[in-house]
Amino acid sequence: MAAPLVLVLVVAVTVRAALFRSSLAEFISERVEVVSPLSSWKRVVEGLSLLDLGVSPYSGAVFHETPLIIYLFHFLIDYAELVFMITDALTAIALYFAIQDFNKVVFKKQKLLLELDQYAPDVAELIRTPMEMRYIPLKVALLQCFPQCYFSCLSDIPVSVPTHLVCPRTPLSPPAAVHTCENEEQSLLDLFLGVCHDVCGKPSGNHLPLLLPSQLLGFHPRSLWLYINVFFYTIPLAIKLKEHPIFFMFIQIAVIAIFKSYPTVGDVALYMAFFPVWNHLYRFLRNIFVLTCIIIVCSLLFPVLWHLWIYAGSANSNFFYAITLTFNVGQILLISDYFYAFLRREYYLTHGLYLTAKDGTEAMLVLK
Amino acid sequence: MGLLSDPVRRRALARLVLRLNAPLCVLSYVAGIAWFLALVFPPLTQRTYMSENAMGSTMVEEQFAGGDRARAFARDFAAHRKKSGALPVAWLERTMRSVGLEVYTQSFSRKLPFPDETHERYMVSGTNVYGILRAPRAASTESLVLTVPCGSDSTNSQAVGLLLALAAHFRGQIYWAKDIVFLVTEHDLLGTEAWLEAYHDVNVTGMQSSPLQGRAGAIQAAVALELSSDVVTSLDVAVEGLNGQLPNLDLLNLFQTFCQKGGLLCTLQGKLQPEDWTSLDGPLQGLQTLLLMVLRQASGRPHGSHGLFLRYRVEALTLRGINSFRQYKYDLVAVGKALEGMFRKLNHLLERLHQSFFLYLLPGLSRFVSIGLYMPAVGFLLLGVGLASLVAPLLISQAMGLALYVLPVLGQHVATQHFPVAEAEAVVLTLLAIYAAGLALPHNTHRVVSTQAPDRGWMALKLVALIYLALQLGCIALTNFSLGFLLATTMVPTAALAKPHGPRTLYAALLVLTSPAATLLGSLFLWRELQEAPLSLAEGWQLFLAALAQGVLEHHTYGALLFPLLSLGLYPCWLLFWNVLFWK
Repeated sequence: MAAPLVLVLVVAVTVRAALFRSSLAEFISERVEVVSPLSSWKRVVEGLSLLDLGVSPYSGAVFHETPLIIYLFHFLIDYAELVFMITDALTAIALYFAIQDFNKVVFKKQKLLLELDQYAPDVAELIRTPMEMRYIPLKVALLQCFPQCYFSCLSDIPVSVPTHLVCPRTPLSPPAAVHTCENEEQSLLDLFLGVCHDVCGKPSGNHLPLLLPSQLLGFHPRSLWLYINVFFYTIPLAIKLKEHPIFFMFIQIAVIAIFKSYPTVGDVALYMAFFPVWNHLYRFLRNIFVLTCIIIVCSLLFPVLWHLWIYAGSANSNFFYAITLTFNVGQILLISDYFYAFLRREYYLTHGLYLTAKDGTEAMLVLK
Repeated sequence: MGLLSDPVRRRALARLVLRLNAPLCVLSYVAGIAWFLALVFPPLTQRTYMSENAMGSTMVEEQFAGGDRARAFARDFAAHRKKSGALPVAWLERTMRSVGLEVYTQSFSRKLPFPDETHERYMVSGTNVYGILRAPRAASTESLVLTVPCGSDSTNSQAVGLLLALAAHFRGQIYWAKDIVFLVTEHDLLGTEAWLEAYHDVNVTGMQSSPLQGRAGAIQAAVALELSSDVVTSLDVAVEGLNGQLPNLDLLNLFQTFCQKGGLLCTLQGKLQPEDWTSLDGPLQGLQTLLLMVLRQASGRPHGSHGLFLRYRVEALTLRGINSFRQYKYDLVAVGKALEGMFRKLNHLLERLHQSFFLYLLPGLSRFVSIGLYMPAVGFLLLGVGLASLVAPLLISQAMGLALYVLPVLGQHVATQHFPVAEAEAVVLTLLAIYAAGLALPHNTHRVVSTQAPDRGWMALKLVALIYLALQLGCIALTNFSLGFLLATTMVPTAALAKPHGPRTLYAALLVLTSPAATLLGSLFLWRELQEAPLSLAEGWQLFLAALAQGVLEHHTYGALLFPLLSLGLYPCWLLFWNVLFWK
């Protein structure tokens, strides 16, 4: 499977290079859906120039990255475009191999449970075969490369890096820990996330002030109740999904993307890249049509309402933030739909696909 | 989450919606049209009122008496203009300086993508002349603009004369708190665009212009003047701007106040205002005015220099002096007094105009309909689409749309080499050719599309096409209500009806009659009918071709959005319905 992956990477790099040099670059780098105060390249450049002048980059209220980023880009500022492309390519490759490993694990587990006769007799159509799982890693790599390259590469640091740096890392360690306990071989995804976790926690130099939580955007006491959502779901999900760490990680990343203080298109694209891994759940999704419509409509309305607010002077921020809220509601419903589909499939696997009630009629599963 | 998770209730709701689907669609369409027609009747239409406090309570006594001076300047200007053939820049500079303004010039040039046949220009270059009257004791942070666009075909000499006389009068007053810029542009709208771009230091349309040497602060409001005769019988006001943007309603209210004060006859869309709104005549006339405004706003053209100011969030109006066969005539002093009053009131502004409405429809000069009351009309129309939605047809239709957008201008040189047509005609004919070629598509796409589930295939395509149409019309209606409403009225019924079974030729004819190009043709006929100057078929066709060329040109020169919206957005959508109709 190396050749298609290489092809995907080559095409992605070409598209990025072309976009970087086109006139679209400036246009996209100013769009608010793509660039946020947490992930803006202009702010990184500002922080670096402040550092060069000997002033602390955190003294103004502009720079909000971790000290590690400053040091990293201090040496790489001239090769920024290349760094972005390489990081994105590495992420795609890492995801590719990680998902490949995961598929092998899933298949092995499935075989084990089949032999142990844990599955109900009529669930043959729910069992996953190697044939259908063959192209999943490639699709994941594809989905990771392309939406990101259209938006994130031009305006901000590759999302994979700051998402794991700036967002709370703690919710991601339970899934990583559970996964490690289950398998003797260390999966690449695990390693990747773990490395990020370690590297970011390291203190980075004595002459820079410690990055206090109050200096991070959004950690205002009043908004604590919103951001506590990010941590809230970790423990209940860990208890429920203790046998399915990768699905847990997917839900956790999605929850982080939804409740993050300044979400951008890159965050959404990150968890949406994982959809091919769960495409066997498609038949159990109930509201996928409505939700796709909601998400597409909101995405189209973002630039229209931004234009009306800022340029036409007629709408105001309420319209724009209403659409943001609707988009978030759509995302939340999407994630809960996937969760429901997952649980339902597990139920069917152990209890049989065609359920009958006590009097012989067809039964329906209702989520209470 | 009860509705989303309870299967019993979902099934019941789905069955209800499916059973009532067709009647609901028809009912919502009819409700949309009925609501629109009801907009001219009193509860939905309100009297205008001045919302900005700063412009309300102070009544000024106008003292302008420079009628003779204005006429003298006008005659001088006309003479010099005839002698030099272009704008007499040196004379203008001299006169403005003698009146007491700080004078600057700006040169600009632009090569149009293809020759403009209506204005007869291709390589355009000219000079703008502007004079700044500095406010005596203020800091030059804000300014007002009085502009006169001079094209080669428009004879605006009386406007220039009045501008200079007003400048002389204003120079002698001490109450100005904002700078006033008196701008005379060459090649009317092109010059205005060049000046605005240089003033705001942007370059959105690819104009080459020299940078401005003198500026006067943030522009709060602008008035564009077009006068071609010594006496006028009425003043016509134009509000619609580029891409359907409108100035703040307060500016129109201001103009209307001074018309009433000076006893001037003011018209909107060339029509007089009905006094009586209680009987049926008033609202019917109001409906005519409303439809004219909807058609003008939908076209997205800047109907006067003011249309270009709106993009920079500068409230602007165009005043046109009409000299028709009425008995009572007003001379330049009356017009000058109205302008003086407007500028004195604008002088009192503390902030930009923001209190009144930015999105409205006008059935008359003293009546308006706000967005909260007219939006349900388009909402009802689109509800029908939502109730009543494949990759290969989608890609092919979008590719046709892209071809329609890009090829005509790119291919004009190739076309002129092989065919005996002028460039503008080549562009228009290529447009029509690609448009018609799209009609032949369905017979070819079937070779590409697999015939796995023929019946489900067309339903899925129709579903996607309906959602696409609803999305586009919704987004368009938010920024340019008139365009969204017009397109929804024509495209929604036939889009909902399109299916492969049934009387195919009838449906095909209906679909062609409601395609975007046919809607444009129809609205041209409707517009001239409303202006009481109906067109014959041949004239209408010529006007249609000219409108197509102007649409493409305005997209390239001012950034008007009608052409890209129709070619890249609505035409592919319409092609999808055509594909559904001819599904095998």
